[in-house]
Amino acid sequence: MFAKGTKRKFSDPGEEPALGAELGPVVRPLSSTYSLQRQSLLDMSLIKLQLCHMLVEPNLCRSVLIANTVRQIQEEMTQDGTWQIMTQALAAAQCPADRLVATEVLCRPSEALAAAQKEEEEEEVVVAAAMEEDVDSEANPLSSSSFLPAPFGAEPGWEDEEDDSEDEDSEECPSDAEDVPDSRRGDQVFGTFEIKHPAPPPDPALEELFSDVDPSYYDLDTVLTGMQSTPKMGPYDLLDSLSPHAAPALSTGTSCRSDLNELDHIMEIIS
Amino acid sequence: MEEESDTRKINNSFLRDHNYATEADIISTVEFNSSGELLATGDKGGRVVVFQREQEVENANNSQRRGEYNVYSTFQSHEPEFDYLKSLEIEEKINKIKWLPQQNAAYFLLSTNDKTVKLWKISERDKRPEGYNLKDEDGRIRDPSTITSLRVPVLQPMDLMVEATARRVFSNAHTYHINSISVNSDHQTYISTDDLQVNLWNLEITNRSFNIVDIKPANMEELTEVITSAEFHPQQCHTFAYSSSKGSIRLCDMRQAALCDRHCKYFEEPEDPSTRSFFSEIISSISDVKFSHNGRYLMTRDYLTVKVWDLQMENKPLETYQVHDYLRGKLCSLYENDCIFDKFECVWNGSDSVIMTGSYNNFFRMFDRNTKRDVTLEASRENSKPRAILKPRKVCIGGKRRKDEISVDSLDFSKKILHTTWHPHENIIAVAATNNLYIFQDKVN
Repeated sequence: MFAKGTKRKFSDPGEEPALGAELGPVVRPLSSTYSLQRQSLLDMSLIKLQLCHMLVEPNLCRSVLIANTVRQIQEEMTQDGTWQIMTQALAAAQCPADRLVATEVLCRPSEALAAAQKEEEEEEVVVAAAMEEDVDSEANPLSSSSFLPAPFGAEPGWEDEEDDSEDEDSEECPSDAEDVPDSRRGDQVFGTFEIKHPAPPPDPALEELFSDVDPSYYDLDTVLTGMQSTPKMGPYDLLDSLSPHAAPALSTGTSCRSDLNELDHIMEIIS
Repeated sequence: MEEESDTRKINNSFLRDHNYATEADIISTVEFNSSGELLATGDKGGRVVVFQREQEVENANNSQRRGEYNVYSTFQSHEPEFDYLKSLEIEEKINKIKWLPQQNAAYFLLSTNDKTVKLWKISERDKRPEGYNLKDEDGRIRDPSTITSLRVPVLQPMDLMVEATARRVFSNAHTYHINSISVNSDHQTYISTDDLQVNLWNLEITNRSFNIVDIKPANMEELTEVITSAEFHPQQCHTFAYSSSKGSIRLCDMRQAALCDRHCKYFEEPEDPSTRSFFSEIISSISDVKFSHNGRYLMTRDYLTVKVWDLQMENKPLETYQVHDYLRGKLCSLYENDCIFDKFECVWNGSDSVIMTGSYNNFFRMFDRNTKRDVTLEASRENSKPRAILKPRKVCIGGKRRKDEISVDSLDFSKKILHTTWHPHENIIAVAATNNLYIFQDKVN
């Protein structure tokens, strides 16, 4: 257990990780270490939420817990005033409001297929666009939000693999966690993390992403969307009716395929 | 436990022969039936393996040899499916198995994956009819013109065959993943629970269920809490409890209203402000809730502790046991590698005097509620030979490590014991360690 009211010092490698046991609301130091760790936790959480798009339906409990953590951090940062600084810096850096969708993840099971698929693709496009811009905007001096300095590597209790993820986090950060309109900042976290389709310009990297997607999958989407109105048809009936598409091919839907390609793309950019 | 504090257990393990762990073999649930004669395991590949205890025999020394568990039946319960509407795979992993009380010679169990609950009947066949009048021995219909006499088939003994048949497949009534099922004490109904809903089923009716709890908000953006587990009271057929991701338990009475949105009792321990952190909520999320056999207590498992609640006292638990408090300082790392979301189960012994739960590094912990003593044991091939007595293990937190201790940093977080079960009457436990099943018994004599 940790003593109550222990003040966090700036460079105190002897202490346990700050985020493991926080102070009560009474004492809230804003040392760089603490805020950097908090930022890192925010980045990590946002990545976790984003990578929920997998072949299998994401675990709702996990998503909700991560989203609550993000909200908690955001509320604290709002109280500190650091949230405003970060969003202003990011707003200046980027024109279209690329936003992370946390809602998207939670709402996905209950949304109509067409909307879900379309938004998913849009979101992947957003992330890709953000990543592209991120690489460009590294030259931009983004102050508080961006890159975690070396001291992290020296922190005890943080395991080695975190160094890698922190590098990843720092690059992802500008494109992930921001919210432009001030009025909504204090409100629901999910209100701020809404999808906005930025209509990106044709990007050769994106073209390449989707180039290997069989256009017939889009037909599949249309068919499946149409199928929503005939609920009597079971899944295996559907399979039979789409005979040109062999079963194995159906096992990865458009969105999932693009997800995997998207992940590869992101990993390429990061590394 | 009536044994000494350093209770030893005899290892009688079922280790799959593979040197590597195929993912399909990962055991995802274990459950004794109500007599303890059968033990069912479900795995990630959708298979159910049922073990049966052999009859106890007296050996030459005139002392009874404890019956051992042998494989009784294996069947494929669920297959992977694809949800075309959502373009998502539905895993075949068996999330939970619950036995029905035995009413005749056959055994019945409910098994569920994320979406579908099935009722399986496991029955023995040791006789078969022979001597049909109209059929050959190999089943072909005989030409009627060749039949000149009448003979009636006679039942002849045959080698024992155990067959499993799916008697009911309950239609998909869950938008989210089913995390638990619980059979009612009325033996006619059961509940299935996903993240936001609890549905009540009749065992005979497969195409209809009643929704009795729904915590889905009108606006999904406002969702902050999910249901993590639910269980019927062992004696009161109108009472059930469900736990949430915020560390609370609600007890509901189905007689109150058709939709049990208003709880009868609400169990929650106020948060200790001195230990508050960004991970407080995550580690307070309850991963399992179990009524005691006598129906007076509830046990809950959150990430670091096991708590026993008295049903009459809602504002704080009766007892709190630290499972692996040494992880409190590692929560950030455990968050990063997702271990903080691991859902450990907990289990009562038959007399409700001992509780057990799993941990990492293939450790599992037992707490004696009466003597307040606890023990850490390990389920691993290397550290225990079959029939050997288990040695208690200890994790050293800081400073000097003694010879047999293991330090926190050396713990293997990929070896987690999430699923355990305790025989309803005797001190026999089954522990699932990834793809291996360990069965431990009390030391005899």
